[in-house]
Amino acid sequence: MSDADTLEALAKAGIPAPVKPLLTVEKLTRVYGKRIGCADVSFDLWPGEVLAIVGESGSGKTTLLNCISSRLTPTCGTVHYRMRDGVSADIYKMAEAERRYLMRTDWGFVHQNPIDGLRMTVSAGANVGERLMAVGNRHYGNIRGAAIEWLARVEIDEDRVDDQPRTFSGGMRQRLQIARNLVTEPRLVFMDEPTGGLDVSVQARLLDLLRGLVSDLGLAVVVVTHDLAVARLLSDRMIVMKEGRVIEAGLTDRVLDDPRAPYTQLLVSSILQV
Amino acid sequence: MTAPMTETNTQNLASYNFAYLDEQTKRMIRRAILKGIAIPGYQVPFASREMPMPYGWGTGGVQVTAAIIGRDDVLKVIDQGADDTTNAVSIRAFFAKTAGVATTTATPDATIIQTRHRIPETPLHAGQVLVYQVPIPEPLRFLEPRETETRKMHALEEYGLMHVKLYEDIARNGRIATTYAYPVKVEGRYVMDPSPTPKFDNPKMHQSEALQLFGAGREKRIYAVPPHTNVVSLDFEDHPFEIQHFTEPCALCGAEQVYLDEVVLDDKGGRMFVCSDTHHCESRRAEGHRGALLGDEPVVEKEAAI
Repeated sequence: MSDADTLEALAKAGIPAPVKPLLTVEKLTRVYGKRIGCADVSFDLWPGEVLAIVGESGSGKTTLLNCISSRLTPTCGTVHYRMRDGVSADIYKMAEAERRYLMRTDWGFVHQNPIDGLRMTVSAGANVGERLMAVGNRHYGNIRGAAIEWLARVEIDEDRVDDQPRTFSGGMRQRLQIARNLVTEPRLVFMDEPTGGLDVSVQARLLDLLRGLVSDLGLAVVVVTHDLAVARLLSDRMIVMKEGRVIEAGLTDRVLDDPRAPYTQLLVSSILQV
Repeated sequence: MTAPMTETNTQNLASYNFAYLDEQTKRMIRRAILKGIAIPGYQVPFASREMPMPYGWGTGGVQVTAAIIGRDDVLKVIDQGADDTTNAVSIRAFFAKTAGVATTTATPDATIIQTRHRIPETPLHAGQVLVYQVPIPEPLRFLEPRETETRKMHALEEYGLMHVKLYEDIARNGRIATTYAYPVKVEGRYVMDPSPTPKFDNPKMHQSEALQLFGAGREKRIYAVPPHTNVVSLDFEDHPFEIQHFTEPCALCGAEQVYLDEVVLDDKGGRMFVCSDTHHCESRRAEGHRGALLGDEPVVEKEAAI
Protein backbone atom coordinates (compact mmCIF):
# COMPACT_ATOMS: atom_id res chain seq x y z
CA MET A 1 0.00 0.00 0.00
CA SER A 2 1.45 3.36 -1.04
CA ASP A 3 1.39 6.49 1.13
CA ALA A 4 -1.29 8.09 -1.02
CA ASP A 5 -3.52 5.03 -0.66
CA THR A 6 -3.04 5.04 3.09
CA LEU A 7 -3.99 8.70 3.32
CA GLU A 8 -7.07 8.11 1.20
CA ALA A 9 -8.11 5.18 3.39
CA LEU A 10 -7.63 7.28 6.52
CA ALA A 11 -9.65 10.14 5.04
CA LYS A 12 -12.51 7.74 4.22
CA ALA A 13 -12.50 6.43 7.78
CA GLY A 14 -12.82 10.05 9.00
CA ILE A 15 -9.38 10.09 10.56
CA PRO A 16 -7.52 13.36 9.85
CA ALA A 17 -4.37 13.03 7.75
CA PRO A 18 -1.27 12.78 9.88
CA VAL A 19 0.51 16.07 10.44
CA LYS A 20 3.84 16.36 8.70
CA PRO A 21 6.92 17.76 10.41
CA LEU A 22 7.46 21.51 10.16
CA LEU A 23 11.22 21.28 10.16
CA THR A 24 13.32 18.27 9.16
CA VAL A 25 17.01 18.31 9.95
CA GLU A 26 19.11 15.57 8.38
CA LYS A 27 22.73 14.72 9.12
CA LEU A 28 23.61 18.32 9.80
CA THR A 29 27.33 18.89 10.27
CA ARG A 30 29.36 22.01 10.73
CA VAL A 31 33.10 21.90 11.15
CA TYR A 32 35.47 24.73 11.93
CA GLY A 33 38.67 23.57 10.26
CA LYS A 34 39.62 20.43 12.16
CA ARG A 35 37.25 21.14 15.02
CA ILE A 36 33.70 19.94 15.10
CA GLY A 37 30.91 22.46 15.74
CA CYS A 38 28.17 19.89 15.49
CA ALA A 39 28.14 16.56 13.70
CA ASP A 40 25.53 14.32 12.17
CA VAL A 41 22.49 15.85 13.87
CA SER A 42 19.07 14.71 12.64
CA PHE A 43 15.64 15.46 14.08
CA ASP A 44 12.10 16.45 13.14
CA LEU A 45 10.20 19.34 14.65
CA TRP A 46 6.42 19.17 14.56
CA PRO A 47 3.99 22.09 14.37
CA GLY A 48 3.31 23.52 17.83
CA GLU A 49 6.14 21.55 19.41
CA VAL A 50 8.80 22.97 21.71
CA LEU A 51 12.18 21.33 21.38
CA ALA A 52 14.98 22.07 23.82
CA ILE A 53 18.64 21.61 22.93
CA VAL A 54 20.66 21.23 26.11
CA GLY A 55 24.28 20.60 26.88
CA GLU A 56 27.26 22.25 28.50
CA SER A 57 29.12 25.26 27.06
CA GLY A 58 30.94 24.39 23.86
CA SER A 59 28.80 21.35 23.14
CA GLY A 60 27.65 22.78 19.79
CA LYS A 61 24.16 23.97 20.80
CA THR A 62 24.48 27.45 19.32
CA THR A 63 26.26 26.20 16.18
CA LEU A 64 23.36 23.81 15.62
CA LEU A 65 20.78 26.56 16.22
CA ASN A 66 22.52 28.93 13.82
CA CYS A 67 22.75 26.21 11.17
CA ILE A 68 19.07 25.34 11.28
CA SER A 69 18.00 28.98 11.38
CA SER A 70 20.01 29.78 8.20
CA ARG A 71 22.35 32.11 10.03
CA LEU A 72 25.37 29.85 9.50
CA THR A 73 25.88 27.66 6.42
CA PRO A 74 26.39 24.02 7.46
CA THR A 75 29.30 22.00 6.06
CA CYS A 76 26.94 19.23 5.01
CA GLY A 77 23.44 17.98 5.75
CA THR A 78 20.06 19.48 4.93
CA VAL A 79 17.35 21.51 6.62
CA HIS A 80 13.86 21.27 5.15
CA TYR A 81 11.08 23.64 6.19
CA ARG A 82 7.42 23.13 5.38
CA MET A 83 6.09 26.44 4.02
CA ARG A 84 2.57 27.71 4.62
CA ASP A 85 1.48 26.18 1.30
CA GLY A 86 2.48 22.72 2.55
CA VAL A 87 5.54 22.37 0.32
CA SER A 88 8.73 21.32 2.06
CA ALA A 89 11.75 23.31 0.88
CA ASP A 90 15.47 23.02 1.54
CA ILE A 91 16.32 26.35 3.14
CA TYR A 92 19.84 26.34 1.73
CA LYS A 93 18.56 25.85 -1.84
CA MET A 94 16.20 28.84 -1.65
CA ALA A 95 17.11 32.18 -3.18
CA GLU A 96 18.57 34.50 -0.57
CA ALA A 97 15.68 36.95 -0.94
CA GLU A 98 13.18 34.18 -0.19
CA ARG A 99 15.17 32.94 2.78
CA ARG A 100 15.44 36.40 4.28
CA TYR A 101 11.75 36.99 3.71
CA LEU A 102 11.02 33.74 5.52
CA MET A 103 13.26 34.81 8.41
CA ARG A 104 11.38 38.01 9.00
CA THR A 105 7.84 36.72 8.49
CA ASP A 106 7.43 33.05 9.28
CA TRP A 107 10.37 32.74 11.65
CA GLY A 108 11.59 34.53 14.72
CA PHE A 109 14.95 34.59 16.44
CA VAL A 110 15.28 35.56 20.08
CA HIS A 111 18.88 36.31 21.00
CA GLN A 112 20.36 35.75 24.42
CA ASN A 113 21.46 39.37 24.53
CA PRO A 114 18.56 41.68 23.57
CA ILE A 115 21.03 44.24 22.17
CA ASP A 116 21.70 41.79 19.30
CA GLY A 117 18.04 41.49 18.48
CA LEU A 118 16.80 45.06 18.98
CA ARG A 119 17.50 48.44 17.46
CA MET A 120 18.59 50.28 20.55
CA THR A 121 18.28 53.78 19.08
CA VAL A 122 14.71 53.62 17.83
CA SER A 123 11.60 53.52 20.00
CA ALA A 124 9.96 50.34 21.30
CA GLY A 125 7.03 50.94 18.95
CA ALA A 126 9.29 51.14 15.90
CA ASN A 127 11.13 48.01 17.05
CA VAL A 128 7.89 46.05 17.13
CA GLY A 129 6.59 47.70 13.95
CA GLU A 130 9.73 47.10 11.87
CA ARG A 131 8.67 43.66 10.64
CA LEU A 132 5.23 44.97 9.71
CA MET A 133 6.81 47.77 7.68
CA ALA A 134 9.21 45.26 6.11
CA VAL A 135 6.30 43.23 4.74
CA GLY A 136 4.70 46.35 3.27
CA ASN A 137 2.44 47.81 5.95
CA ARG A 138 2.25 51.55 5.28
CA HIS A 139 -0.38 52.79 7.71
CA TYR A 140 1.17 54.54 10.71
CA GLY A 141 -1.94 54.22 12.88
CA ASN A 142 -2.28 50.48 12.28
CA ILE A 143 1.42 49.82 12.87
CA ARG A 144 1.35 51.76 16.11
CA GLY A 145 -1.86 50.02 17.18
CA ALA A 146 -0.30 46.60 16.58
CA ALA A 147 2.83 47.66 18.46
CA ILE A 148 0.83 48.81 21.49
CA GLU A 149 -1.21 45.60 21.46
CA TRP A 150 1.94 43.50 21.42
CA LEU A 151 3.59 45.53 24.16
CA ALA A 152 0.52 44.81 26.30
CA ARG A 153 0.79 41.10 25.54
CA VAL A 154 4.37 41.06 26.81
CA GLU A 155 3.42 43.17 29.84
CA ILE A 156 5.06 46.44 28.84
CA ASP A 157 3.04 49.59 29.63
CA GLU A 158 1.52 51.44 26.70
CA ASP A 159 3.18 54.69 27.76
CA ARG A 160 6.63 53.18 27.08
CA VAL A 161 5.85 52.79 23.36
CA ASP A 162 7.91 55.85 22.37
CA ASP A 163 10.83 55.12 24.70
CA GLN A 164 14.04 53.65 23.39
CA PRO A 165 14.95 50.14 24.56
CA ARG A 166 18.18 51.42 26.09
CA THR A 167 16.01 52.92 28.84
CA PHE A 168 14.49 49.47 29.53
CA SER A 169 15.59 46.92 32.12
CA GLY A 170 17.05 43.58 31.00
CA GLY A 171 13.79 41.71 31.46
CA MET A 172 11.79 44.36 29.59
CA ARG A 173 14.29 44.33 26.72
CA GLN A 174 13.93 40.57 26.43
CA ARG A 175 10.12 40.84 26.42
CA LEU A 176 10.34 43.59 23.80
CA GLN A 177 12.53 41.35 21.67
CA ILE A 178 9.92 38.61 21.93
CA ALA A 179 7.14 41.01 20.90
CA ARG A 180 9.22 42.23 17.95
CA ASN A 181 9.60 38.64 16.74
CA LEU A 182 6.01 37.56 17.25
CA VAL A 183 4.26 40.53 15.62
CA THR A 184 4.15 38.87 12.19
CA GLU A 185 2.70 35.70 13.79
CA PRO A 186 5.55 33.37 12.87
CA ARG A 187 5.14 29.61 13.00
CA LEU A 188 8.67 28.83 14.13
CA VAL A 189 10.78 30.68 16.67
CA PHE A 190 14.41 30.02 17.55
CA MET A 191 15.58 31.04 21.00
CA ASP A 192 19.16 31.16 22.21
CA GLU A 193 19.23 31.13 26.02
CA PRO A 194 16.22 33.45 26.27
CA THR A 195 16.49 33.72 30.05
CA GLY A 196 20.27 33.95 30.29
CA GLY A 197 21.53 36.87 32.32
CA LEU A 198 18.22 37.58 34.04
CA ASP A 199 17.63 37.22 37.76
CA VAL A 200 15.45 34.33 38.87
CA SER A 201 12.21 36.20 39.56
CA VAL A 202 12.40 37.91 36.16
CA GLN A 203 13.27 34.55 34.60
CA ALA A 204 10.20 32.98 36.15
CA ARG A 205 7.89 35.69 34.80
CA LEU A 206 9.47 35.51 31.36
CA LEU A 207 9.09 31.73 31.26
CA ASP A 208 5.48 32.04 32.34
CA LEU A 209 4.88 34.58 29.56
CA LEU A 210 6.63 32.41 26.97
CA ARG A 211 4.61 29.35 27.97
CA GLY A 212 1.40 31.33 27.57
CA LEU A 213 2.37 32.74 24.18
CA VAL A 214 3.62 29.42 22.83
CA SER A 215 0.37 27.64 23.70
CA ASP A 216 -1.87 30.54 22.59
CA LEU A 217 -0.19 30.93 19.21
CA GLY A 218 0.61 27.27 18.62
CA LEU A 219 4.25 28.18 18.02
CA ALA A 220 6.90 25.64 17.21
CA VAL A 221 10.04 26.56 19.13
CA VAL A 222 13.63 25.42 19.15
CA VAL A 223 15.15 26.66 22.39
CA VAL A 224 18.81 26.37 23.26
CA THR A 225 19.57 26.39 26.96
CA HIS A 226 22.02 25.07 29.48
CA ASP A 227 19.40 25.49 32.18
CA LEU A 228 17.54 22.19 32.63
CA ALA A 229 14.79 23.91 34.62
CA VAL A 230 14.02 26.10 31.58
CA ALA A 231 13.97 23.00 29.40
CA ARG A 232 11.61 21.20 31.80
CA LEU A 233 9.20 24.15 31.97
CA LEU A 234 9.09 25.05 28.28
CA SER A 235 9.80 22.03 26.18
CA ASP A 236 7.96 18.91 25.09
CA ARG A 237 11.00 17.12 23.79
CA MET A 238 14.71 17.56 24.27
CA ILE A 239 18.03 16.79 22.69
CA VAL A 240 21.16 16.43 24.80
CA MET A 241 24.43 17.37 23.11
CA LYS A 242 28.02 16.71 24.02
CA GLU A 243 31.10 17.50 21.94
CA GLY A 244 28.97 18.36 18.92
CA ARG A 245 26.96 15.16 18.86
CA VAL A 246 23.50 14.22 20.06
CA ILE A 247 23.92 11.72 22.86
CA GLU A 248 20.32 11.44 23.97
CA ALA A 249 16.92 12.54 22.68
CA GLY A 250 13.40 12.00 23.92
CA LEU A 251 10.43 13.48 25.74
CA THR A 252 11.59 16.05 28.24
CA ASP A 253 10.08 14.33 31.27
CA ARG A 254 11.54 10.99 30.25
CA VAL A 255 15.04 12.39 29.71
CA LEU A 256 15.06 14.35 32.95
CA ASP A 257 13.44 11.67 35.14
CA ASP A 258 15.13 8.66 33.60
CA PRO A 259 18.34 9.77 31.92
CA ARG A 260 20.07 6.95 30.07
CA ALA A 261 23.38 8.27 28.78
CA PRO A 262 25.98 8.62 31.53
CA TYR A 263 26.58 12.24 30.60
CA THR A 264 22.86 13.07 30.87
CA GLN A 265 22.80 11.39 34.26
CA LEU A 266 25.67 13.60 35.33
CA LEU A 267 23.93 16.68 33.93
CA VAL A 268 20.64 15.91 35.71
CA SER A 269 22.36 15.12 38.98
CA SER A 270 24.23 18.42 38.79
CA ILE A 271 21.05 20.48 39.20
CA LEU A 272 21.31 22.39 42.45
CA GLN A 273 18.63 21.44 44.92
CA VAL A 274 17.37 24.36 46.96
CA MET B 1 70.20 68.27 -24.91
CA THR B 2 66.91 69.80 -24.06
CA ALA B 3 64.63 71.16 -26.72
CA PRO B 4 64.43 74.92 -26.90
CA MET B 5 61.48 76.36 -25.04
CA THR B 6 59.11 77.23 -27.84
CA GLU B 7 55.80 78.89 -27.22
CA THR B 8 53.88 75.64 -27.89
CA ASN B 9 56.07 73.75 -25.44
CA THR B 10 55.47 76.24 -22.70
CA GLN B 11 51.76 76.01 -23.32
CA ASN B 12 51.84 72.23 -23.13
CA LEU B 13 53.71 72.25 -19.86
CA ALA B 14 51.44 74.69 -18.19
CA SER B 15 48.09 73.57 -19.54
CA TYR B 16 45.60 71.02 -18.32
CA ASN B 17 43.65 68.57 -20.41
CA PHE B 18 40.24 69.91 -21.43
CA ALA B 19 38.06 70.16 -18.29
CA TYR B 20 40.97 69.21 -15.98
CA LEU B 21 40.52 65.39 -15.91
CA ASP B 22 42.45 63.14 -18.31
CA GLU B 23 40.49 61.36 -21.02
CA GLN B 24 40.80 57.88 -19.47
CA THR B 25 39.30 59.11 -16.22
CA LYS B 26 36.47 60.80 -18.09
CA ARG B 27 35.70 57.58 -19.94
CA MET B 28 35.64 55.68 -16.66
CA ILE B 29 33.22 58.23 -15.19
CA ARG B 30 31.05 58.19 -18.31
CA ARG B 31 30.77 54.41 -18.08
CA ALA B 32 29.57 54.77 -14.49
CA ILE B 33 27.09 57.47 -15.56
CA LEU B 34 25.72 55.28 -18.37
CA LYS B 35 25.27 52.39 -15.98
CA GLY B 36 23.56 54.72 -13.52
CA ILE B 37 21.16 55.92 -16.22
CA ALA B 38 20.43 52.32 -17.20
CA ILE B 39 19.53 51.42 -13.60
CA PRO B 40 17.77 54.53 -12.22
CA GLY B 41 18.56 55.16 -8.56
CA TYR B 42 21.27 52.47 -8.31
CA GLN B 43 24.55 53.65 -6.79
CA VAL B 44 27.38 52.82 -9.20
CA PRO B 45 30.85 52.66 -7.63
CA PHE B 46 33.53 54.59 -9.52
CA ALA B 47 37.21 55.36 -9.05
CA SER B 48 36.84 58.87 -7.69
CA ARG B 49 39.90 61.08 -8.25
CA GLU B 50 41.58 63.65 -6.11
CA MET B 51 40.33 67.07 -7.17
CA PRO B 52 41.93 70.44 -6.43
CA MET B 53 39.38 71.09 -3.69
CA PRO B 54 38.55 69.44 -0.36
CA TYR B 55 36.10 66.55 -0.03
CA GLY B 56 32.67 67.88 0.85
CA TRP B 57 33.06 70.85 -1.49
CA GLY B 58 31.61 69.09 -4.49
CA THR B 59 34.38 66.81 -5.76
CA GLY B 60 31.78 64.29 -6.99
CA GLY B 61 29.73 66.88 -8.84
CA VAL B 62 32.84 68.44 -10.39
CA GLN B 63 34.02 65.06 -11.69
CA VAL B 64 30.62 64.32 -13.23
CA THR B 65 30.51 67.78 -14.83
CA ALA B 66 34.08 67.40 -16.12
CA ALA B 67 33.19 64.05 -17.70
CA ILE B 68 30.11 65.32 -19.56
CA ILE B 69 31.01 68.91 -20.44
CA GLY B 70 31.81 69.81 -24.06
CA ARG B 71 33.08 72.99 -25.72
CA ASP B 72 29.55 74.10 -26.67
CA ASP B 73 28.05 73.67 -23.21
CA VAL B 74 26.86 76.56 -21.11
CA LEU B 75 27.47 76.01 -17.40
CA LYS B 76 25.52 77.31 -14.42
CA VAL B 77 26.60 76.49 -10.87
CA ILE B 78 24.43 77.10 -7.83
CA ASP B 79 25.09 76.71 -4.13
CA GLN B 80 21.88 76.58 -2.05
CA GLY B 81 20.11 78.16 -5.02
CA ALA B 82 22.53 81.09 -5.23
CA ASP B 83 24.85 81.81 -8.16
CA ASP B 84 27.01 84.21 -6.17
CA THR B 85 28.31 82.21 -3.19
CA THR B 86 31.90 81.00 -2.79
CA ASN B 87 31.41 77.40 -3.88
CA ALA B 88 29.34 78.34 -6.93
CA VAL B 89 31.70 81.11 -8.02
CA SER B 90 34.84 78.99 -7.68
CA ILE B 91 33.45 75.95 -9.50
CA ARG B 92 32.17 78.19 -12.31
CA ALA B 93 35.58 79.84 -12.55
CA PHE B 94 37.27 76.44 -12.46
CA PHE B 95 35.46 75.26 -15.58
CA ALA B 96 35.73 78.62 -17.31
CA LYS B 97 39.49 78.27 -16.89
CA THR B 98 40.06 74.54 -17.51
CA ALA B 99 37.45 74.01 -20.24
CA GLY B 100 36.98 77.52 -21.56
CA VAL B 101 33.20 77.06 -21.66
CA ALA B 102 30.61 79.79 -21.48
CA THR B 103 28.98 80.26 -18.09
CA THR B 104 25.68 81.79 -17.17
CA THR B 105 23.44 82.42 -14.20
CA ALA B 106 20.21 82.17 -16.22
CA THR B 107 18.58 78.78 -15.69
CA PRO B 108 16.93 78.46 -19.13
CA ASP B 109 20.20 79.27 -20.96
CA ALA B 110 22.31 76.63 -19.22
CA THR B 111 22.89 73.16 -20.68
CA ILE B 112 24.59 71.86 -17.54
CA ILE B 113 23.60 73.04 -14.07
CA GLN B 114 25.77 71.85 -11.21
CA THR B 115 23.92 72.20 -7.96
CA ARG B 116 24.55 71.90 -4.29
CA HIS B 117 21.22 71.11 -2.67
CA ARG B 118 18.62 72.97 -4.73
CA ILE B 119 16.67 72.45 -7.93
CA PRO B 120 16.04 75.77 -9.73
CA GLU B 121 12.52 77.20 -9.49
CA THR B 122 12.31 77.67 -13.26
CA PRO B 123 11.19 74.29 -14.68
CA LEU B 124 14.02 72.52 -16.48
CA HIS B 125 13.64 71.62 -20.12
CA ALA B 126 14.67 68.68 -22.26
CA GLY B 127 18.37 68.65 -23.07
CA GLN B 128 19.46 70.13 -19.76
CA VAL B 129 21.54 68.13 -17.26
CA LEU B 130 21.33 68.74 -13.53
CA VAL B 131 24.46 67.57 -11.68
CA TYR B 132 24.10 67.16 -7.91
CA GLN B 133 26.94 67.27 -5.40
CA VAL B 134 26.21 64.48 -2.94
CA PRO B 135 27.87 64.11 0.47
CA ILE B 136 26.34 60.77 1.55
CA PRO B 137 24.67 58.76 -1.22
CA GLU B 138 23.41 55.91 0.97
CA PRO B 139 19.88 56.62 2.30
CA LEU B 140 20.14 53.70 4.73
CA ARG B 141 23.52 54.76 6.15
CA PHE B 142 22.32 56.19 9.47
CA LEU B 143 20.05 53.20 10.07
CA GLU B 144 22.50 50.47 9.04
CA PRO B 145 26.19 51.36 9.25
CA ARG B 146 27.50 48.27 7.39
CA GLU B 147 28.01 48.87 3.66
CA THR B 148 27.87 45.10 2.97
CA GLU B 149 24.46 44.98 4.60
CA THR B 150 23.01 48.10 2.91
CA ARG B 151 24.07 46.83 -0.51
CA LYS B 152 22.33 43.54 0.22
CA MET B 153 19.24 45.44 1.33
CA HIS B 154 19.18 47.36 -1.96
CA ALA B 155 19.74 44.17 -3.94
CA LEU B 156 16.90 42.35 -2.20
CA GLU B 157 14.67 45.44 -2.05
CA GLU B 158 14.43 45.29 1.75
CA TYR B 159 13.36 48.82 2.50
CA GLY B 160 11.31 48.33 5.67
CA LEU B 161 14.03 50.08 7.64
CA MET B 162 13.49 53.33 5.74
CA HIS B 163 9.95 53.46 7.08
CA VAL B 164 11.23 52.77 10.59
CA LYS B 165 12.97 56.14 10.35
CA LEU B 166 9.78 57.86 9.20
CA TYR B 167 7.79 56.06 11.93
CA GLU B 168 10.28 57.33 14.49
CA ASP B 169 9.80 60.87 13.17
CA ILE B 170 6.05 60.74 13.61
CA ALA B 171 6.30 59.07 17.03
CA ARG B 172 8.59 61.84 18.27
CA ASN B 173 7.24 64.89 16.49
CA GLY B 174 3.72 64.00 15.45
CA ARG B 175 4.64 64.39 11.78
CA ILE B 176 7.42 63.41 9.39
CA ALA B 177 10.06 65.89 10.50
CA THR B 178 12.64 65.03 7.85
CA THR B 179 12.98 68.24 5.84
CA TYR B 180 15.96 67.52 3.61
CA ALA B 181 17.56 64.38 2.12
CA TYR B 182 14.04 63.00 2.13
CA PRO B 183 14.17 59.43 0.75
CA VAL B 184 12.53 58.72 -2.59
CA LYS B 185 11.77 55.56 -4.54
CA VAL B 186 12.93 55.71 -8.16
CA GLU B 187 10.85 53.99 -10.84
CA GLY B 188 9.36 51.65 -8.23
CA ARG B 189 12.65 49.96 -7.44
CA TYR B 190 15.60 51.66 -5.75
CA VAL B 191 15.31 53.88 -2.69
CA MET B 192 17.56 56.88 -3.25
CA ASP B 193 18.86 59.81 -1.27
CA PRO B 194 18.13 62.92 -3.36
CA SER B 195 21.23 64.53 -1.77
CA PRO B 196 20.45 67.08 0.92
CA THR B 197 17.98 69.07 -1.19
CA PRO B 198 15.03 70.37 0.81
CA LYS B 199 12.03 68.07 0.44
CA PHE B 200 10.38 71.08 -1.20
CA ASP B 201 12.29 70.10 -4.35
CA ASN B 202 11.39 66.38 -4.30
CA PRO B 203 8.29 66.79 -6.53
CA LYS B 204 10.45 68.52 -9.15
CA MET B 205 12.50 65.32 -9.58
CA HIS B 206 9.40 63.37 -10.57
CA GLN B 207 8.99 63.07 -14.36
CA SER B 208 11.59 65.79 -14.90
CA GLU B 209 12.39 66.71 -18.50
CA ALA B 210 16.07 67.07 -17.64
CA LEU B 211 18.63 64.35 -16.93
CA GLN B 212 19.66 64.27 -13.27
CA LEU B 213 23.12 62.99 -12.33
CA PHE B 214 24.44 62.56 -8.79
CA GLY B 215 28.14 62.43 -7.89
CA ALA B 216 29.58 61.61 -4.49
CA GLY B 217 33.36 62.08 -4.59
CA ARG B 218 34.41 60.97 -1.14
CA GLU B 219 31.99 58.02 -1.13
CA LYS B 220 32.94 57.13 -4.73
CA ARG B 221 29.38 56.66 -6.01
CA ILE B 222 27.49 57.93 -9.05
CA TYR B 223 23.75 57.54 -9.60
CA ALA B 224 21.22 58.97 -11.99
CA VAL B 225 17.58 59.70 -12.69
CA PRO B 226 16.90 59.75 -16.45
CA PRO B 227 14.27 62.14 -17.86
CA HIS B 228 10.61 61.16 -17.43
CA THR B 229 11.27 58.83 -14.50
CA ASN B 230 8.92 58.28 -11.58
CA VAL B 231 10.37 59.62 -8.34
CA VAL B 232 8.06 59.09 -5.38
CA SER B 233 8.74 60.35 -1.85
CA LEU B 234 8.21 57.67 0.80
CA ASP B 235 5.39 58.20 3.27
CA PHE B 236 2.59 56.55 5.26
CA GLU B 237 -1.00 56.27 4.08
CA ASP B 238 -2.21 58.28 7.07
CA HIS B 239 0.80 60.67 7.04
CA PRO B 240 1.25 61.54 3.36
CA PHE B 241 4.31 63.36 2.03
CA GLU B 242 4.10 67.16 2.23
CA ILE B 243 6.44 69.92 1.13
CA GLN B 244 7.31 72.93 3.25
CA HIS B 245 4.90 75.86 3.19
CA PHE B 246 5.85 79.46 3.77
CA THR B 247 3.45 81.95 5.30
CA GLU B 248 4.79 85.03 3.55
CA PRO B 249 6.02 85.73 0.01
CA CYS B 250 9.61 86.63 -0.90
CA ALA B 251 10.48 90.00 0.66
CA LEU B 252 12.31 91.18 -2.47
CA CYS B 253 10.30 89.87 -5.42
CA GLY B 254 6.99 88.89 -3.85
CA ALA B 255 7.12 85.33 -5.21
CA GLU B 256 4.92 82.67 -3.61
CA GLN B 257 5.20 78.86 -3.86
CA VAL B 258 8.99 79.09 -3.91
CA TYR B 259 11.63 77.98 -1.42
CA LEU B 260 12.67 80.86 0.85
CA ASP B 261 15.80 81.55 2.90
CA GLU B 262 15.60 83.33 6.21
CA VAL B 263 17.91 86.35 6.42
CA VAL B 264 18.62 87.98 9.77
CA LEU B 265 18.65 91.77 9.38
CA ASP B 266 19.77 93.09 12.76
CA ASP B 267 20.30 91.99 16.35
CA LYS B 268 16.78 93.01 17.40
CA GLY B 269 15.01 90.04 15.85
CA GLY B 270 14.52 91.65 12.45
CA ARG B 271 14.44 89.13 9.63
CA MET B 272 13.17 88.62 6.14
CA PHE B 273 12.44 85.70 3.87
CA VAL B 274 13.86 85.81 0.35
CA CYS B 275 14.01 83.43 -2.59
CA SER B 276 16.81 80.91 -2.25
CA ASP B 277 17.02 80.81 -6.07
CA THR B 278 18.82 84.10 -6.85
CA HIS B 279 18.29 83.92 -10.61
CA HIS B 280 14.57 83.41 -10.14
CA CYS B 281 14.37 86.36 -7.74
CA GLU B 282 16.44 88.68 -9.97
CA SER B 283 14.48 87.88 -13.11
CA ARG B 284 11.20 88.51 -11.30
CA ARG B 285 12.44 91.87 -10.05
CA ALA B 286 13.55 92.74 -13.58
CA GLU B 287 9.99 92.00 -14.68
CA GLY B 288 8.77 94.57 -12.18
CA HIS B 289 7.62 92.37 -9.27
CA ARG B 290 8.29 94.05 -5.96
CA GLY B 291 8.43 92.53 -2.48
CA ALA B 292 7.60 94.30 0.77
CA LEU B 293 11.20 95.06 1.72
CA LEU B 294 12.62 95.90 -1.71
CA GLY B 295 14.15 99.36 -1.50
CA ASP B 296 14.68 101.80 -4.34
CA GLU B 297 18.06 102.22 -5.97
CA PRO B 298 19.93 104.86 -4.01
CA VAL B 299 20.02 108.17 -5.89
CA VAL B 300 23.63 109.27 -5.89
CA GLU B 301 23.88 112.96 -5.49
CA LYS B 302 27.38 113.67 -6.65
CA GLU B 303 27.42 117.33 -5.86
CA ALA B 304 26.14 116.85 -2.35
CA ALA B 305 28.74 114.21 -1.74
CA ILE B 306 31.51 116.55 -2.61
